[in-house]
Amino acid sequence: MAERRIRILLSKPGLDGHDRGAKVLARCFRDAGFEVIYTGCHQTPEQIAAAAIQEDVDVVGLSCLSGAHKYLFPQVVKLLKAEGADDITVIGGGIIPEQDMQPLYDAGLKALFTPGAKLDSLVEWINTNVTPRA
Amino acid sequence: MITDDLVNKSSALRQKWEDEVKKIVAKHPDQKESWTTVSDLGIKRIYGPEDIKDMDFERDIAYPGQYPYLRGCQPSGYRGKYWTFRMFSGMGTAVETNKRWKYLLATGQTGLSTAFDFPTLMGYDTDSPKARGECGKVGVAIDSIDDFRDLISGIPLDKITTSMTINPPATILWAMYIACAQEQGIPLNKIGGTIQNDMLKEFIAQKTFMCPPEPSVKLISDTIEFGTKYVPKWNTVSISGYHIREAGSTAVQELAFTLRDGMEYVEDVVRRKGLQVDEFAPRLSFFFNSHIDFFEEIAKLRAARRIWAKAMRERYGAKDPRSLWMRFHTQTAGCSLTAQQPYNNVVRTAIQALAGVLGGTQSLHTNSLDEVLCLPSDHAVQIALRTQQIIAEETGVASTIDPLAGSYFVEALTNEMEEKAWEYIHKIDDMGGMVAAIEKGFPQLEISDASYKFQKQIDAQEKVMIGVNKYVQEDEQVDIPIVEIDDSVEAEQLNRLAEVKRKRDNRKVAETLKDIEAACKKGENVMPYCIEAVKNYATVQEICDVYRGVYGEYRDPGIY
Repeated sequence: MAERRIRILLSKPGLDGHDRGAKVLARCFRDAGFEVIYTGCHQTPEQIAAAAIQEDVDVVGLSCLSGAHKYLFPQVVKLLKAEGADDITVIGGGIIPEQDMQPLYDAGLKALFTPGAKLDSLVEWINTNVTPRA
Repeated sequence: MITDDLVNKSSALRQKWEDEVKKIVAKHPDQKESWTTVSDLGIKRIYGPEDIKDMDFERDIAYPGQYPYLRGCQPSGYRGKYWTFRMFSGMGTAVETNKRWKYLLATGQTGLSTAFDFPTLMGYDTDSPKARGECGKVGVAIDSIDDFRDLISGIPLDKITTSMTINPPATILWAMYIACAQEQGIPLNKIGGTIQNDMLKEFIAQKTFMCPPEPSVKLISDTIEFGTKYVPKWNTVSISGYHIREAGSTAVQELAFTLRDGMEYVEDVVRRKGLQVDEFAPRLSFFFNSHIDFFEEIAKLRAARRIWAKAMRERYGAKDPRSLWMRFHTQTAGCSLTAQQPYNNVVRTAIQALAGVLGGTQSLHTNSLDEVLCLPSDHAVQIALRTQQIIAEETGVASTIDPLAGSYFVEALTNEMEEKAWEYIHKIDDMGGMVAAIEKGFPQLEISDASYKFQKQIDAQEKVMIGVNKYVQEDEQVDIPIVEIDDSVEAEQLNRLAEVKRKRDNRKVAETLKDIEAACKKGENVMPYCIEAVKNYATVQEICDVYRGVYGEYRDPGIY
């Protein structure tokens, strides 16, 4: 049987529509050989958690540029945990001030990427830190 | 304009020059093989008369105030009045934003421009579950006319023009403005300002949408019709390329998609409302990005004026010169700024602002150095505003109109931008127009291609962003103050909204909402009903829920 590829759900939680980064990443991850599901904008944390479980993904990537990451990112982690899906790695990106980083890591985010991050560095992080679940 | 004799002489000299260059390059190679604009248009080492030999001065250039308006719509340029210094701002509650506005007016800003928070932009009230965590974050929170009154408190509505960056709920926010003017006894023909109200670019780029494209365009035509009849000094739509560019398009795509959006609105108003082009076209306004590639931006802005004049005259038979004028606002490129070494952003913004001015903008927003990190601080906004004042009052560039006209390079690049834009415009015509093209995902995919390509070029160092992929400071500590919106804003706004809902006459609200629903179903103009509803404290979401109920909701197809 062929080895299962890493499956990633990319999503934009909240009302923010700045999707340039999310879409560039969707293409980049696809080109890197991951299976990518992109939900589009305006997803509630509930919708994202449900999609992640239904699609049986290994990683959830959240992108938010509106400043609402402090509420939205931890909410997704919490909902996944409540569904027993805390083995899904949740990462985030956007305009995230330095002082918000630690609270987000404490809330269960595994990595955070901010403006200027290279595409390769994200692919490398995933290849290093995520193994496809059985 | 360029005679055959000149071309012959020039060609001989150019041949000589080329031979010389070849020898030098053989010994000292160029730093890189291909030289392109930030949007990947190839640039020659030099331009000469032969590059613009087909131009006809009268047909293609002429003077400001003369067709094809390449050099500007106003004959007198910036000598009578500089462009409007219009800084985009809004944060937290209406009271806080009003305070920032008064600060900006006191420091020499000449027009207001409103940023709303995401719930307002998307047509939700602060008490919606979808609004959690977003209140006041990227702009001011407006739920009802009660907030709006605080927003404009002490601002003379008959003297200061206000621009509102609002799209799906544009009818509602404009209705609030109109209702407030009426309360103050100011006649509607005295108030001036702009609502962005450009939904097509939302589907293409910014993704702040509510209903599907077709009814979204209908609501825009309602505002254009209402403005034409009752609020003649208002710009009822600001057809925007800014967001298209920020989403990663090239300069040509920005130009083409924006102008084709404008044409779509013109066609809809004529078809749906039966107005003559010359009745409403003079109030159509535009909004462009000014990115970092200096000459490409100037060429884009000049080309935009010429394309619009031609389209309005030749495609739509406009006769009034004002219908042919493209008046536009410009904002420097947020996406060109870097979180790394953020003080460099002051320099980028200054260069972009200069391009906007040399391109002949009517109004300008300059980004603050910290905008890539947070909402701008007072100090950062002041530097950004001072940048405009320095360009206007120290550099001398505003003394003469369109100073780059006649430059072989700038004219050739302007021609190239126009040519490539028309190719896109005709392609979209062939698809059945912009709504049809959006439904096919065409502009969305073109932009995705361009933005992905650009990001890969940055990562491969084929294009340079100082501080990001070149001259990187490894141990950089960003030491600028971060402005944060306190979470208490949400609680405060929730209280205000609850208070409004408690005090108002809920029966009256329900009635006015029913009237809007009936107008939507009958295809009537919703504006008079919206004004009535907001006066009775119907909220932004309550009215938007009516729209969503009648027209349906549009969901992001997530095209990449």
